[in-house]
Amino acid sequence: MSEYTWLVPLPVVMPLFAAGLTLALYRHPRAQRVISVVALSLMVAVGVGLLFLADSGPVVVDIGGWAAPVGIDLVADRLSSLMLTVSSVVMLCVLLYSLGQGITDGDEAAPVSIYHPTYLVLAAGVSNAFLAGDLFNLYVGFEILLAASYVLLTLGGTGERIRAGSIYVIVALLSSIIFLVAIALVYAATGTVNMAQLAQRLPEIDPGVALVLQLLLLLAFGIKAAIFPLSAWLPDSYPTAPAPVTAVFAGLLTKVGVYAIMRTQTLLFTDGRLDTLLMWLALATMVIGILGAVAQNDIKRLLSFTLVSHIGYMLFGIALASQAGLGASIFYVAHHITVQTTLFLVVGLVERRGGSTSLERLGGLAKIAPGLAILFFIPAMNLAGIPPLSGFLGKVGLLEAGVEQGTALAYTLVVGSVVTSLLTLYAIVKAWNKAFWQTPPEPLPEATLPRTMVGPTTALVAVGLLLTVVAGPLYGYADRAAATMQDNSNYIDAVLGEDGRGEGDSTDSVPNPGIDNTPVPSQSSSPDDGSTGTTDGGDS
Amino acid sequence: MDLIDMSPNLLLVVAIGVLFTTGVYLLLERSLTRVLIGFILLGNGANLLFLVAGGRAGGAPLIGETDPADMSDPLPQAMVLTAIVITLALTAFVLAMAYRSWQLHGHDEVQDDLEDKRIVRLAAKNAPLYNDTDAEEDSESIDEQAAEARDETERGTP
Repeated sequence: MSEYTWLVPLPVVMPLFAAGLTLALYRHPRAQRVISVVALSLMVAVGVGLLFLADSGPVVVDIGGWAAPVGIDLVADRLSSLMLTVSSVVMLCVLLYSLGQGITDGDEAAPVSIYHPTYLVLAAGVSNAFLAGDLFNLYVGFEILLAASYVLLTLGGTGERIRAGSIYVIVALLSSIIFLVAIALVYAATGTVNMAQLAQRLPEIDPGVALVLQLLLLLAFGIKAAIFPLSAWLPDSYPTAPAPVTAVFAGLLTKVGVYAIMRTQTLLFTDGRLDTLLMWLALATMVIGILGAVAQNDIKRLLSFTLVSHIGYMLFGIALASQAGLGASIFYVAHHITVQTTLFLVVGLVERRGGSTSLERLGGLAKIAPGLAILFFIPAMNLAGIPPLSGFLGKVGLLEAGVEQGTALAYTLVVGSVVTSLLTLYAIVKAWNKAFWQTPPEPLPEATLPRTMVGPTTALVAVGLLLTVVAGPLYGYADRAAATMQDNSNYIDAVLGEDGRGEGDSTDSVPNPGIDNTPVPSQSSSPDDGSTGTTDGGDS
Repeated sequence: MDLIDMSPNLLLVVAIGVLFTTGVYLLLERSLTRVLIGFILLGNGANLLFLVAGGRAGGAPLIGETDPADMSDPLPQAMVLTAIVITLALTAFVLAMAYRSWQLHGHDEVQDDLEDKRIVRLAAKNAPLYNDTDAEEDSESIDEQAAEARDETERGTP
């Protein structure tokens, strides 16, 4: 297995390299397109490779050859590689879609030349966040993807995008600062930011301090994941961006937050003290989010609210903290990334055909564009959780896990998820009826849908259906991922090894450091004797 | 468990407190430039927090220069450096955004959500339908007043 560890850093390095290349080739849009597509296709291939590798145990790379707790490491376990694969497939389809759009609109000028580098940087940031083995690297991953998202959201600098963008940017900056403060406090309390080592040390520190750290991290990730009281920024910012950008944001960015919550809840804070809080948050996110969707009259905003609402499902699975709950949650994340992205792409097509996304102005699309109606119908039903589609399977998994838990709160959440599911169906059917069946108030403009945009959308709808077809193996994989996450010693052993060191070389553990010592004296103690002090500054 | 001597420098702690309070205050303003200054102050506060997190100050962490026992912890300093670079880049971005906003609207204020305003208007329009007849005597409903109050951020002449 170890001869393939070089695969792990590739999803971060390749898109970054390709981004530099596309930036250098800004005069050659054709070359840019080829490079982006090749880079993302390779990412998909690497993702699939890691999916199989990680099934036999987490794959760890110590960057620069420094041993684990000292050096930075990238870890690809089942959860990371699954997220990585799904996200790179989605990003590839969205890229093809946006290429189709660009070619049709003939805008080979300004915005396109920065679109490719930014999009690839976004891909690198997402991969880095999924693979990060320490909290600070996770922060850097978040910053990379957020900085790219700021640029993508305000692409072109029109008034509406600047308006929506400023709110988004400020909220994201605030959450980053909170995350940074949390990392500083984690380091002050434990003397490490390596997640495996943190998992060993956090149970040893004062429980009150640990709770504060957990709450701070949850707050930072909660803003990024758009959990209920922290979700107000999302429905306003996302719909104003270009359709492919909205699609990739909706599919991926909030899921990175969900992934971070999953990781910290299962690896670092295993005592489950916040599970009840998480359950209430999940309930509020689901119900209030979907009530917002029901009130909307614009498909894009409606979908943004369903996005907020369905984050609640994933949170529900995390809060259950059982193998069944986590497994269902992981499966749901994979399903939701695909479906939500597809829906936003389809709405981009609807906007192009109907000239608007307002349900007041659309109508009769089923007659003039039956293909589009089918493209919308399948992922929409999938989102609402109609059997036998993957959304239904994910929801059933969550409901079963909730019933298995059996507490009053769990049952409340089960009822809440069913209600949310029905309300999603209501909101979606409302959009479906108004956009596709009602008589349009005024005749829709004549427009044809370019094949280059329909193609990738169809491909993504097919991927959504494929998730249903392979639901058995996929669910099994998610369940195995949950099983390893339940017991965090798997992760710790993989990263730190038997002697508490990673596979790389660093000689800082020798009592009398030589000339080639790593300049990190604070890590000199082995992780299990934290009482002997972690920084030289403190011991002397 | 006593990990490190964590009696921090009082001056640093006070400085962090001042940076955070002023930063949060400015972040709540409506003008993007002030928000940006608030963000810079918060960022610097977080950086100072990292220095405090690194424990007591010591010698330069270079082998041969300082005895390893007297070294200060270099890891938080490396992290602060990264954070400073990121903050710098984002400051530049927000500055550009504030300038663009000023170019477009003649001010750099964060504006309200238009769809929210539309929903408020709709509610104002529908209010007589579900209000009882007594309430109709009032010339203006609360919703209408709210709708007007929010109009002040309407886009100016381009």
